[in-house]
Amino acid sequence: MSNGDMNAGEAVGVRGVWAGYDGRPALEDVTLDLKRGALVAIFGPNGGGKTTLLKLIANLIQPWRGEVSVLGAPAGEEARRVAYVPQAELVDWSFPVSVWDVAMMGRYPALGVLRRPVAADREAVGAALEQVGMASQRNAQIGALSGGQRRRAFLARAIAADPELYLLDEPVTGVDLTTQEDLMELLTNETNRGRTVIATTHDLAAAAEHFSTVVGLNHRVIAVGRSELVLDPDVLSRTYGGHMLVLQDRAVILDDAHHHDTESGGEHHYHEEGAKRR
Amino acid sequence: MLGPITDPLAYAFFQRALAASVMVGLVCAVVGCYMILRGYAFMGDALSHAAFPGVVVAYLLRGPFYVGAAVASVATALAIGWVARRGGLRGDTVIGVLFAGMFALGIFLFSLIPNYVGDLFGFLFGEVLGIGPGDLVALLLLAVAVLSVIAVLWKELLYSTFDPLGAAASGLPVERLDYLFLAIIAVAIVVSLQAVGIILVVAMLVTPAATAQLLTRSFGRLLAISALIGVVAPVAGLYISYWTNSASGATIVLVETAIFLVAVAAGRNGATRRPAALQSSEVAQPAR
Repeated sequence: MSNGDMNAGEAVGVRGVWAGYDGRPALEDVTLDLKRGALVAIFGPNGGGKTTLLKLIANLIQPWRGEVSVLGAPAGEEARRVAYVPQAELVDWSFPVSVWDVAMMGRYPALGVLRRPVAADREAVGAALEQVGMASQRNAQIGALSGGQRRRAFLARAIAADPELYLLDEPVTGVDLTTQEDLMELLTNETNRGRTVIATTHDLAAAAEHFSTVVGLNHRVIAVGRSELVLDPDVLSRTYGGHMLVLQDRAVILDDAHHHDTESGGEHHYHEEGAKRR
Repeated sequence: MLGPITDPLAYAFFQRALAASVMVGLVCAVVGCYMILRGYAFMGDALSHAAFPGVVVAYLLRGPFYVGAAVASVATALAIGWVARRGGLRGDTVIGVLFAGMFALGIFLFSLIPNYVGDLFGFLFGEVLGIGPGDLVALLLLAVAVLSVIAVLWKELLYSTFDPLGAAASGLPVERLDYLFLAIIAVAIVVSLQAVGIILVVAMLVTPAATAQLLTRSFGRLLAISALIGVVAPVAGLYISYWTNSASGATIVLVETAIFLVAVAAGRNGATRRPAALQSSEVAQPAR
Protein backbone atom coordinates (compact mmCIF):
# COMPACT_ATOMS: atom_id res chain seq x y z
CA MET A 1 0.00 0.00 0.00
CA SER A 2 3.02 2.29 -0.12
CA ASN A 3 2.38 3.65 -3.59
CA GLY A 4 2.99 7.30 -4.32
CA ASP A 5 -0.69 8.17 -4.29
CA MET A 6 -1.10 7.39 -0.64
CA ASN A 7 1.46 9.99 0.30
CA ALA A 8 0.04 12.64 -1.96
CA GLY A 9 -2.77 14.88 -0.88
CA GLU A 10 -4.26 16.18 2.27
CA ALA A 11 -5.17 14.14 5.34
CA VAL A 12 -6.94 16.91 7.21
CA GLY A 13 -8.07 20.37 6.16
CA VAL A 14 -9.45 22.81 8.72
CA ARG A 15 -10.72 26.11 7.30
CA GLY A 16 -11.78 29.12 9.33
CA VAL A 17 -13.09 27.00 12.18
CA TRP A 18 -14.61 28.36 15.38
CA ALA A 19 -15.65 25.83 18.01
CA GLY A 20 -16.12 25.53 21.75
CA TYR A 21 -18.38 24.54 24.62
CA ASP A 22 -21.24 26.37 26.31
CA GLY A 23 -20.71 29.50 24.24
CA ARG A 24 -17.04 29.78 25.18
CA PRO A 25 -14.78 29.45 22.16
CA ALA A 26 -11.90 26.97 22.42
CA LEU A 27 -10.81 27.51 18.83
CA GLU A 28 -10.92 30.85 17.06
CA ASP A 29 -10.59 31.03 13.30
CA VAL A 30 -8.34 27.98 13.00
CA THR A 31 -7.02 27.09 9.57
CA LEU A 32 -4.71 24.14 9.16
CA ASP A 33 -3.63 21.73 6.42
CA LEU A 34 -2.02 18.44 7.34
CA LYS A 35 -0.53 16.21 4.65
CA ARG A 36 -0.96 12.46 4.41
CA GLY A 37 1.91 10.55 5.96
CA ALA A 38 2.64 13.29 8.48
CA LEU A 39 3.39 12.54 12.14
CA VAL A 40 1.85 15.57 13.79
CA ALA A 41 2.07 16.76 17.41
CA ILE A 42 -0.38 19.40 18.59
CA PHE A 43 1.03 21.22 21.62
CA GLY A 44 -0.11 24.18 23.67
CA PRO A 45 -1.39 25.21 27.10
CA ASN A 46 -4.27 23.77 29.09
CA GLY A 47 -7.58 24.80 27.62
CA GLY A 48 -5.79 25.93 24.45
CA GLY A 49 -8.06 23.79 22.28
CA LYS A 50 -5.90 20.72 21.55
CA THR A 51 -8.56 18.15 22.40
CA THR A 52 -11.26 20.29 20.77
CA LEU A 53 -9.31 20.29 17.51
CA LEU A 54 -8.86 16.52 17.68
CA LYS A 55 -12.59 16.03 18.35
CA LEU A 56 -13.50 18.24 15.40
CA ILE A 57 -11.36 16.10 13.13
CA ALA A 58 -12.96 12.97 14.63
CA ASN A 59 -16.42 14.49 14.02
CA LEU A 60 -17.23 14.18 17.73
CA ILE A 61 -18.20 17.86 17.88
CA GLN A 62 -19.40 20.22 15.19
CA PRO A 63 -17.76 23.56 14.38
CA TRP A 64 -19.73 26.74 15.03
CA ARG A 65 -18.33 28.12 11.83
CA GLY A 66 -15.94 26.94 9.13
CA GLU A 67 -15.27 23.54 7.57
CA VAL A 68 -13.34 20.41 8.44
CA SER A 69 -12.38 17.86 5.79
CA VAL A 70 -10.85 14.51 6.61
CA LEU A 71 -9.30 12.13 4.06
CA GLY A 72 -10.80 14.16 1.23
CA ALA A 73 -14.38 14.22 2.52
CA PRO A 74 -16.36 16.23 5.10
CA ALA A 75 -15.46 15.12 8.65
CA GLY A 76 -17.35 11.96 9.65
CA GLU A 77 -17.89 10.56 6.16
CA GLU A 78 -14.72 8.49 6.21
CA ALA A 79 -15.11 7.55 9.89
CA ARG A 80 -14.28 3.89 9.35
CA ARG A 81 -10.81 4.90 8.14
CA VAL A 82 -10.24 6.92 11.33
CA ALA A 83 -9.15 5.56 14.72
CA TYR A 84 -9.54 7.79 17.76
CA VAL A 85 -7.99 7.06 21.14
CA PRO A 86 -9.32 9.25 23.99
CA GLN A 87 -7.38 10.47 27.01
CA ALA A 88 -6.77 7.76 29.57
CA GLU A 89 -8.96 9.45 32.17
CA LEU A 90 -12.04 9.23 29.95
CA VAL A 91 -11.94 5.45 30.17
CA ASP A 92 -13.69 3.45 32.90
CA TRP A 93 -10.84 1.10 33.77
CA SER A 94 -13.01 -1.08 35.98
CA PHE A 95 -15.02 -2.08 32.89
CA PRO A 96 -15.08 -5.89 32.56
CA VAL A 97 -13.16 -6.25 29.30
CA SER A 98 -9.78 -7.81 28.57
CA VAL A 99 -6.93 -6.44 26.46
CA TRP A 100 -8.08 -8.78 23.69
CA ASP A 101 -11.68 -7.46 23.90
CA VAL A 102 -10.48 -3.86 23.66
CA ALA A 103 -8.32 -4.56 20.60
CA MET A 104 -11.19 -6.50 18.98
CA MET A 105 -13.44 -3.44 19.32
CA GLY A 106 -11.26 -1.85 16.63
CA ARG A 107 -12.71 -4.41 14.22
CA TYR A 108 -16.39 -3.85 15.11
CA PRO A 109 -17.20 -0.82 12.92
CA ALA A 110 -15.94 -2.50 9.75
CA LEU A 111 -17.64 -5.79 10.66
CA GLY A 112 -21.07 -4.22 10.69
CA VAL A 113 -24.08 -5.18 12.74
CA LEU A 114 -24.81 -8.78 11.86
CA ARG A 115 -21.31 -10.20 11.37
CA ARG A 116 -19.36 -11.73 14.23
CA PRO A 117 -15.57 -11.62 14.36
CA VAL A 118 -14.04 -14.31 12.11
CA ALA A 119 -10.54 -15.76 11.74
CA ALA A 120 -9.28 -12.71 9.81
CA ASP A 121 -10.36 -10.42 12.65
CA ARG A 122 -8.70 -12.61 15.27
CA GLU A 123 -5.53 -12.60 13.16
CA ALA A 124 -5.57 -8.80 12.89
CA VAL A 125 -6.12 -8.42 16.64
CA GLY A 126 -3.38 -10.95 17.43
CA ALA A 127 -0.96 -9.12 15.12
CA ALA A 128 -1.85 -5.73 16.63
CA LEU A 129 -1.26 -7.02 20.16
CA GLU A 130 2.03 -8.50 19.00
CA GLN A 131 3.06 -5.12 17.55
CA VAL A 132 2.38 -3.23 20.76
CA GLY A 133 4.01 -5.93 22.88
CA MET A 134 0.83 -6.99 24.68
CA ALA A 135 0.34 -10.48 23.24
CA SER A 136 1.22 -12.14 26.55
CA GLN A 137 -1.25 -9.90 28.44
CA ARG A 138 -4.18 -10.52 26.11
CA ASN A 139 -6.43 -12.03 28.78
CA ALA A 140 -5.74 -9.41 31.45
CA GLN A 141 -8.60 -7.15 32.54
CA ILE A 142 -7.69 -3.60 31.53
CA GLY A 143 -7.86 -2.25 35.08
CA ALA A 144 -5.08 -4.63 36.13
CA LEU A 145 -2.62 -3.02 33.69
CA SER A 146 -0.05 -0.30 34.26
CA GLY A 147 -0.52 3.10 32.63
CA GLY A 148 1.88 2.22 29.81
CA GLN A 149 0.20 -1.13 29.16
CA ARG A 150 -3.20 0.57 28.98
CA ARG A 151 -1.91 2.94 26.30
CA ARG A 152 -0.47 -0.03 24.43
CA ALA A 153 -3.83 -1.85 24.56
CA PHE A 154 -5.67 1.17 23.15
CA LEU A 155 -3.07 1.63 20.42
CA ALA A 156 -3.61 -2.05 19.55
CA ARG A 157 -7.30 -1.28 19.11
CA ALA A 158 -6.43 1.54 16.72
CA ILE A 159 -3.94 -0.60 14.78
CA ALA A 160 -6.45 -3.48 14.54
CA ALA A 161 -8.87 -1.11 12.80
CA ASP A 162 -6.25 -0.61 10.05
CA PRO A 163 -7.02 3.13 9.78
CA GLU A 164 -5.70 5.76 7.36
CA LEU A 165 -5.73 8.37 10.13
CA TYR A 166 -4.82 7.98 13.80
CA LEU A 167 -6.16 10.61 16.22
CA LEU A 168 -4.51 10.17 19.62
CA ASP A 169 -5.31 12.35 22.63
CA GLU A 170 -2.24 12.50 24.89
CA PRO A 171 -0.84 9.10 23.82
CA VAL A 172 2.44 9.48 25.69
CA THR A 173 1.18 11.31 28.78
CA GLY A 174 1.88 9.43 31.98
CA VAL A 175 3.64 6.46 30.39
CA ASP A 176 7.11 5.13 31.10
CA LEU A 177 9.99 5.99 28.80
CA THR A 178 10.20 2.51 27.23
CA THR A 179 6.54 2.61 26.31
CA GLN A 180 6.94 6.09 24.92
CA GLU A 181 9.84 4.99 22.70
CA ASP A 182 7.97 1.85 21.57
CA LEU A 183 4.76 3.72 20.77
CA MET A 184 6.57 6.44 18.85
CA GLU A 185 8.49 3.87 16.82
CA LEU A 186 5.22 2.16 15.92
CA LEU A 187 3.59 5.43 14.91
CA THR A 188 6.64 6.41 12.85
CA ASN A 189 6.36 3.08 11.02
CA GLU A 190 2.69 3.73 10.35
CA THR A 191 3.45 7.14 8.82
CA ASN A 192 6.20 5.55 6.72
CA ARG A 193 3.44 3.36 5.25
CA GLY A 194 1.50 6.48 4.27
CA ARG A 195 -0.78 6.59 7.32
CA THR A 196 -1.27 9.90 9.08
CA VAL A 197 -0.91 10.34 12.84
CA ILE A 198 -2.17 13.38 14.75
CA ALA A 199 -1.50 13.43 18.49
CA THR A 200 -1.93 16.03 21.19
CA THR A 201 0.88 16.28 23.70
CA HIS A 202 2.14 18.16 26.71
CA ASP A 203 5.55 16.71 26.22
CA LEU A 204 7.64 19.20 24.27
CA ALA A 205 10.72 16.98 24.40
CA ALA A 206 8.78 14.13 22.80
CA ALA A 207 7.30 16.52 20.24
CA ALA A 208 10.73 17.78 19.24
CA GLU A 209 12.32 14.36 19.14
CA HIS A 210 9.72 12.12 17.54
CA PHE A 211 7.25 14.10 15.44
CA SER A 212 7.76 15.37 11.89
CA THR A 213 5.33 18.28 12.17
CA VAL A 214 4.27 20.31 15.19
CA VAL A 215 1.32 22.64 15.63
CA GLY A 216 1.43 25.24 18.42
CA LEU A 217 -2.16 25.91 19.46
CA ASN A 218 -3.56 28.47 21.88
CA HIS A 219 -7.11 29.09 20.68
CA ARG A 220 -5.47 30.04 17.39
CA VAL A 221 -2.75 28.32 15.44
CA ILE A 222 0.43 30.01 16.68
CA ALA A 223 2.87 28.09 14.54
CA VAL A 224 3.00 25.10 12.20
CA GLY A 225 6.16 23.51 10.96
CA ARG A 226 9.03 21.15 11.55
CA SER A 227 9.54 19.79 15.02
CA GLU A 228 12.39 22.19 15.88
CA LEU A 229 9.72 24.88 16.26
CA VAL A 230 8.90 23.66 19.76
CA LEU A 231 12.40 24.70 20.80
CA ASP A 232 11.99 28.23 19.48
CA PRO A 233 11.59 30.58 22.48
CA ASP A 234 9.50 33.01 20.43
CA VAL A 235 7.02 30.30 19.40
CA LEU A 236 6.92 28.98 22.96
CA SER A 237 6.20 32.33 24.52
CA ARG A 238 3.45 33.09 21.99
CA THR A 239 1.91 29.61 22.44
CA TYR A 240 2.02 29.46 26.21
CA GLY A 241 1.64 33.19 26.90
CA GLY A 242 1.11 33.73 30.61
CA HIS A 243 1.69 30.07 31.30
CA MET A 244 5.40 30.49 30.68
CA LEU A 245 8.18 32.01 32.68
CA VAL A 246 11.63 32.82 31.36
CA LEU A 247 14.29 32.28 34.02
CA GLN A 248 17.90 32.99 33.07
CA ASP A 249 17.27 32.18 29.39
CA ARG A 250 15.42 28.99 30.27
CA ALA A 251 11.76 28.70 29.51
CA VAL A 252 9.71 27.16 32.30
CA ILE A 253 6.20 26.13 31.34
CA LEU A 254 3.73 26.46 34.17
CA ASP A 255 1.32 23.88 32.92
CA ASP A 256 0.49 20.63 34.56
CA ALA A 257 -0.40 17.56 32.57
CA HIS A 258 -3.87 17.60 33.97
CA HIS A 259 -5.26 20.04 31.64
CA HIS A 260 -8.75 21.34 32.35
CA ASP A 261 -10.84 23.07 34.94
CA THR A 262 -14.13 21.50 34.01
CA GLU A 263 -15.17 18.46 32.10
CA SER A 264 -16.29 19.38 28.64
CA GLY A 265 -19.82 18.60 27.50
CA GLY A 266 -21.06 15.12 28.28
CA GLU A 267 -17.76 13.81 29.57
CA HIS A 268 -17.22 11.85 32.71
CA HIS A 269 -13.69 11.67 34.04
CA TYR A 270 -12.62 8.69 36.05
CA HIS A 271 -9.89 10.10 38.29
CA GLU A 272 -11.55 9.22 41.55
CA GLU A 273 -13.11 6.05 40.28
CA GLY A 274 -12.25 4.01 43.33
CA ALA A 275 -13.46 6.66 45.73
CA LYS A 276 -16.65 7.54 43.91
CA ARG A 277 -17.96 4.11 43.06
CA ARG A 278 -17.10 1.80 45.86
CA MET B 1 -41.08 -36.03 49.61
CA LEU B 2 -41.04 -33.76 46.58
CA GLY B 3 -44.49 -32.56 47.48
CA PRO B 4 -43.51 -28.98 48.32
CA ILE B 5 -41.83 -28.73 44.88
CA THR B 6 -44.36 -30.57 42.74
CA ASP B 7 -47.63 -29.64 44.45
CA PRO B 8 -47.79 -26.00 43.30
CA LEU B 9 -47.02 -27.09 39.73
CA ALA B 10 -50.49 -28.62 39.60
CA TYR B 11 -51.92 -25.11 39.47
CA ALA B 12 -51.99 -23.39 36.06
CA PHE B 13 -51.62 -19.97 37.72
CA PHE B 14 -48.38 -21.14 39.37
CA GLN B 15 -47.04 -22.52 36.08
CA ARG B 16 -47.78 -19.22 34.34
CA ALA B 17 -46.23 -17.23 37.17
CA LEU B 18 -43.12 -19.40 36.98
CA ALA B 19 -42.80 -18.95 33.21
CA ALA B 20 -43.46 -15.20 33.43
CA SER B 21 -41.05 -14.50 36.25
CA VAL B 22 -38.26 -16.53 34.65
CA MET B 23 -38.68 -14.55 31.41
CA VAL B 24 -38.74 -11.27 33.31
CA GLY B 25 -35.70 -12.30 35.34
CA LEU B 26 -33.72 -13.26 32.25
CA VAL B 27 -34.57 -10.14 30.21
CA CYS B 28 -33.86 -7.82 33.13
CA ALA B 29 -30.58 -9.55 34.00
CA VAL B 30 -29.25 -9.20 30.44
CA VAL B 31 -30.38 -5.58 29.99
CA GLY B 32 -29.06 -4.83 33.49
CA CYS B 33 -25.49 -5.76 32.52
CA TYR B 34 -25.35 -2.95 29.97
CA MET B 35 -27.23 -0.65 32.35
CA ILE B 36 -24.79 -0.86 35.23
CA LEU B 37 -21.81 -0.49 32.90
CA ARG B 38 -23.36 2.70 31.53
CA GLY B 39 -24.11 3.99 35.02
CA TYR B 40 -27.85 3.84 34.27
CA ALA B 41 -29.11 2.26 37.51
CA PHE B 42 -30.85 5.48 38.52
CA MET B 43 -32.23 5.85 35.01
CA GLY B 44 -33.84 2.41 35.34
CA ASP B 45 -35.51 3.45 38.58
CA ALA B 46 -36.74 6.64 36.94
CA LEU B 47 -38.19 4.95 33.85
CA SER B 48 -40.09 2.38 35.90
CA HIS B 49 -41.70 5.07 38.06
CA ALA B 50 -42.39 7.11 34.95
CA ALA B 51 -44.44 4.20 33.57
CA PHE B 52 -47.02 4.72 36.31
CA PRO B 53 -49.09 7.54 34.73
CA GLY B 54 -49.14 5.53 31.50
CA VAL B 55 -50.54 2.53 33.34
CA VAL B 56 -53.21 4.69 34.98
CA VAL B 57 -54.24 6.32 31.71
CA ALA B 58 -54.46 2.90 30.05
CA TYR B 59 -56.63 1.73 32.94
CA LEU B 60 -58.92 4.76 32.61
CA LEU B 61 -59.23 4.23 28.85
CA ARG B 62 -59.65 0.45 29.30
CA GLY B 63 -56.63 -0.09 27.02
CA PRO B 64 -53.76 -2.56 27.45
CA PHE B 65 -51.60 -1.43 30.38
CA TYR B 66 -48.30 -2.27 28.65
CA VAL B 67 -48.97 0.15 25.80
CA GLY B 68 -49.56 2.97 28.29
CA ALA B 69 -46.49 2.00 30.32
CA ALA B 70 -44.28 1.80 27.24
CA VAL B 71 -45.43 5.17 25.90
CA ALA B 72 -44.88 6.91 29.25
CA SER B 73 -41.46 5.30 29.82
CA VAL B 74 -40.12 5.95 26.34
CA ALA B 75 -41.45 9.52 26.37
CA THR B 76 -39.72 10.14 29.70
CA ALA B 77 -36.45 8.63 28.45
CA LEU B 78 -36.49 10.93 25.43
CA ALA B 79 -37.51 13.90 27.58
CA ILE B 80 -34.60 13.31 29.96
CA GLY B 81 -32.12 13.46 27.10
CA TRP B 82 -33.80 16.48 25.56
CA VAL B 83 -34.12 18.51 28.78
CA ALA B 84 -30.53 17.73 29.82
CA ARG B 85 -29.22 18.93 26.46
CA ARG B 86 -31.44 22.00 26.25
CA GLY B 87 -31.06 23.13 29.86
CA GLY B 88 -27.39 22.24 30.21
CA LEU B 89 -28.20 20.31 33.39
CA ARG B 90 -26.56 17.10 34.55
CA GLY B 91 -28.36 13.95 33.50
CA ASP B 92 -29.00 12.72 37.05
CA THR B 93 -30.52 16.08 38.04
CA VAL B 94 -33.02 15.93 35.18
CA ILE B 95 -33.75 12.27 35.94
CA GLY B 96 -34.54 13.19 39.56
CA VAL B 97 -36.95 15.94 38.51
CA LEU B 98 -38.82 14.06 35.80
CA PHE B 99 -38.92 10.76 37.70
CA ALA B 100 -40.68 12.26 40.71
CA GLY B 101 -42.87 14.43 38.50
CA MET B 102 -44.11 11.52 36.42
CA PHE B 103 -44.74 9.35 39.47
CA ALA B 104 -46.68 12.19 41.08
CA LEU B 105 -48.73 12.53 37.89
CA GLY B 106 -49.54 8.83 38.12
CA ILE B 107 -50.67 9.11 41.73
CA PHE B 108 -52.64 12.26 40.93
CA LEU B 109 -54.52 10.56 38.10
CA PHE B 110 -55.05 7.46 40.19
CA SER B 111 -56.51 9.44 43.08
CA LEU B 112 -59.19 10.73 40.70
CA ILE B 113 -60.48 7.17 40.24
CA PRO B 114 -63.05 6.19 42.91
CA ASN B 115 -62.22 3.03 44.93
CA TYR B 116 -58.69 2.68 43.66
CA VAL B 117 -56.83 1.30 46.67
CA GLY B 118 -56.68 -2.40 45.81
CA ASP B 119 -55.52 -1.89 42.24
CA LEU B 120 -52.87 0.60 43.27
CA PHE B 121 -51.13 -2.09 45.29
CA GLY B 122 -51.08 -4.39 42.26
CA PHE B 123 -49.57 -1.77 39.96
CA LEU B 124 -46.92 -0.78 42.45
CA PHE B 125 -45.85 -4.20 43.70
CA GLY B 126 -46.89 -6.63 40.96
CA GLU B 127 -49.19 -9.63 40.84
CA VAL B 128 -47.32 -12.37 39.07
CA LEU B 129 -49.80 -14.98 40.30
CA GLY B 130 -52.54 -13.13 38.43
CA ILE B 131 -50.90 -13.33 35.00
CA GLY B 132 -53.29 -14.74 32.39
CA PRO B 133 -52.49 -16.83 29.30
CA GLY B 134 -52.83 -13.77 27.03
CA ASP B 135 -50.43 -11.74 29.19
CA LEU B 136 -47.97 -14.58 29.01
CA VAL B 137 -47.96 -14.53 25.20
CA ALA B 138 -47.46 -10.74 25.14
CA LEU B 139 -44.65 -11.12 27.65
CA LEU B 140 -42.97 -13.82 25.61
CA LEU B 141 -43.08 -11.71 22.43
CA LEU B 142 -41.62 -8.65 24.18
CA ALA B 143 -38.93 -10.74 25.88
CA VAL B 144 -37.92 -12.31 22.57
CA ALA B 145 -37.86 -8.85 20.96
CA VAL B 146 -35.55 -7.38 23.62
CA LEU B 147 -33.18 -10.35 23.66
CA SER B 148 -33.04 -10.42 19.83
CA VAL B 149 -32.09 -6.75 19.61
CA ILE B 150 -29.32 -7.28 22.15
CA ALA B 151 -28.17 -10.47 20.39
CA VAL B 152 -27.85 -8.52 17.13
CA LEU B 153 -26.27 -5.36 18.56
CA TRP B 154 -24.26 -6.75 21.50
CA LYS B 155 -20.90 -5.68 20.14
CA GLU B 156 -22.01 -2.20 19.04
CA LEU B 157 -23.67 -1.69 22.45
CA LEU B 158 -20.53 -2.92 24.19
CA TYR B 159 -18.17 -0.64 22.26
CA SER B 160 -20.39 2.44 22.60
CA THR B 161 -20.82 1.76 26.32
CA PHE B 162 -17.12 1.26 26.95
CA ASP B 163 -15.73 4.12 24.84
CA PRO B 164 -18.43 6.30 23.26
CA LEU B 165 -15.86 8.72 21.81
CA GLY B 166 -13.76 6.02 20.14
CA ALA B 167 -16.88 4.26 18.88
CA ALA B 168 -18.43 7.44 17.45
CA ALA B 169 -15.17 8.55 15.83
CA SER B 170 -14.92 5.23 13.98
CA GLY B 171 -18.45 5.56 12.63
CA LEU B 172 -20.77 3.78 15.06
CA PRO B 173 -24.08 5.65 15.50
CA VAL B 174 -23.51 6.13 19.24
CA GLU B 175 -26.34 8.57 19.82
CA ARG B 176 -28.89 6.35 18.09
CA LEU B 177 -27.61 3.33 20.02
CA ASP B 178 -28.07 5.33 23.20
CA TYR B 179 -31.72 6.09 22.41
CA LEU B 180 -32.27 2.50 21.32
CA PHE B 181 -30.86 1.29 24.62
CA LEU B 182 -33.20 3.60 26.55
CA ALA B 183 -36.08 2.09 24.58
CA ILE B 184 -34.80 -1.40 25.47
CA ILE B 185 -34.82 -0.45 29.17
CA ALA B 186 -38.35 0.88 28.81
CA VAL B 187 -39.56 -2.36 27.21
CA ALA B 188 -37.78 -4.46 29.86
CA ILE B 189 -39.61 -2.43 32.51
CA VAL B 190 -42.95 -2.93 30.80
CA VAL B 191 -42.26 -6.67 30.63
CA SER B 192 -41.59 -6.69 34.38
CA LEU B 193 -44.44 -4.52 35.64
CA GLN B 194 -46.98 -7.29 36.17
CA ALA B 195 -44.48 -9.59 37.81
CA VAL B 196 -42.74 -7.29 40.28
CA GLY B 197 -44.43 -3.90 39.95
CA ILE B 198 -43.13 -0.39 39.44
CA ILE B 199 -41.21 0.01 42.69
CA LEU B 200 -39.18 -3.19 42.51
CA VAL B 201 -38.33 -3.37 38.78
CA VAL B 202 -35.03 -1.62 39.32
CA ALA B 203 -33.88 -4.48 41.55
CA MET B 204 -34.60 -7.03 38.82
CA LEU B 205 -32.53 -4.92 36.41
CA VAL B 206 -29.60 -3.98 38.60
CA THR B 207 -29.14 -6.65 41.28
CA PRO B 208 -28.20 -9.71 39.15
CA ALA B 209 -25.73 -7.68 37.07
CA ALA B 210 -24.25 -6.04 40.17
CA THR B 211 -23.84 -9.48 41.77
CA ALA B 212 -22.11 -10.77 38.65
CA GLN B 213 -19.80 -7.77 38.62
CA LEU B 214 -18.59 -8.75 42.07
CA LEU B 215 -17.64 -12.18 40.79
CA THR B 216 -15.99 -11.64 37.40
CA ARG B 217 -13.94 -9.23 35.33
CA SER B 218 -15.00 -10.67 31.96
CA PHE B 219 -17.96 -9.34 30.00
CA GLY B 220 -19.02 -12.77 28.72
CA ARG B 221 -19.09 -14.23 32.23
CA LEU B 222 -20.83 -11.11 33.53
CA LEU B 223 -23.71 -11.78 31.12
CA ALA B 224 -23.75 -15.51 31.93
CA ILE B 225 -23.72 -15.13 35.72
CA SER B 226 -26.28 -12.33 35.64
CA ALA B 227 -28.59 -14.37 33.39
CA LEU B 228 -28.23 -17.41 35.63
CA ILE B 229 -29.23 -15.39 38.70
CA GLY B 230 -32.03 -13.82 36.68
CA VAL B 231 -33.47 -17.27 35.96
CA VAL B 232 -32.82 -19.03 39.28
CA ALA B 233 -33.89 -16.29 41.69
CA PRO B 234 -37.50 -16.00 40.40
CA VAL B 235 -37.98 -19.77 40.67
CA ALA B 236 -36.68 -19.83 44.24
CA GLY B 237 -38.56 -16.66 45.11
CA LEU B 238 -41.85 -17.93 43.73
CA TYR B 239 -41.64 -21.20 45.69
CA ILE B 240 -40.77 -19.37 48.91
CA SER B 241 -43.66 -17.03 48.26
CA TYR B 242 -45.96 -20.02 47.75
CA TRP B 243 -44.78 -21.81 50.89
CA THR B 244 -44.85 -18.76 53.14
CA ASN B 245 -47.80 -17.06 51.47
CA SER B 246 -45.73 -13.88 51.03
CA ALA B 247 -45.84 -11.25 48.26
CA SER B 248 -44.28 -12.87 45.18
CA GLY B 249 -42.53 -9.85 43.62
CA ALA B 250 -40.94 -8.81 46.88
CA THR B 251 -39.82 -12.38 47.63
CA ILE B 252 -38.13 -12.70 44.23
CA VAL B 253 -36.31 -9.42 44.82
CA LEU B 254 -35.29 -10.54 48.31
CA VAL B 255 -33.78 -13.74 46.90
CA GLU B 256 -31.75 -11.67 44.42
CA THR B 257 -30.67 -9.32 47.20
CA ALA B 258 -29.62 -12.27 49.37
CA ILE B 259 -27.50 -13.69 46.52
CA PHE B 260 -25.94 -10.25 46.13
CA LEU B 261 -25.07 -10.06 49.83
CA VAL B 262 -23.53 -13.54 49.75
CA ALA B 263 -21.43 -12.45 46.78
CA VAL B 264 -20.32 -9.32 48.63
CA ALA B 265 -19.30 -11.38 51.65
CA ALA B 266 -17.68 -14.26 49.76
CA GLY B 267 -16.50 -12.42 46.64
CA ARG B 268 -12.87 -11.95 45.76
CA ASN B 269 -12.63 -8.56 47.39
CA GLY B 270 -9.01 -8.06 46.49
CA ALA B 271 -9.55 -8.91 42.86
CA THR B 272 -12.41 -6.50 42.51
CA ARG B 273 -11.08 -3.63 44.57
CA ARG B 274 -7.45 -3.46 43.82
CA PRO B 275 -7.60 -2.38 40.16
CA ALA B 276 -9.90 0.51 40.98
CA ALA B 277 -7.61 1.81 43.72
CA LEU B 278 -4.56 1.31 41.52
CA GLN B 279 -6.13 3.20 38.70
CA SER B 280 -7.18 6.32 40.58
CA SER B 281 -3.70 6.82 41.98
CA GLU B 282 -2.15 6.31 38.56
CA VAL B 283 -4.47 8.61 36.70
CA ALA B 284 -4.10 11.36 39.26
CA GLN B 285 -0.35 11.26 38.84
CA PRO B 286 1.12 14.16 36.88
CA ALA B 287 2.77 13.07 33.66
CA ARG B 288 6.28 14.21 34.28
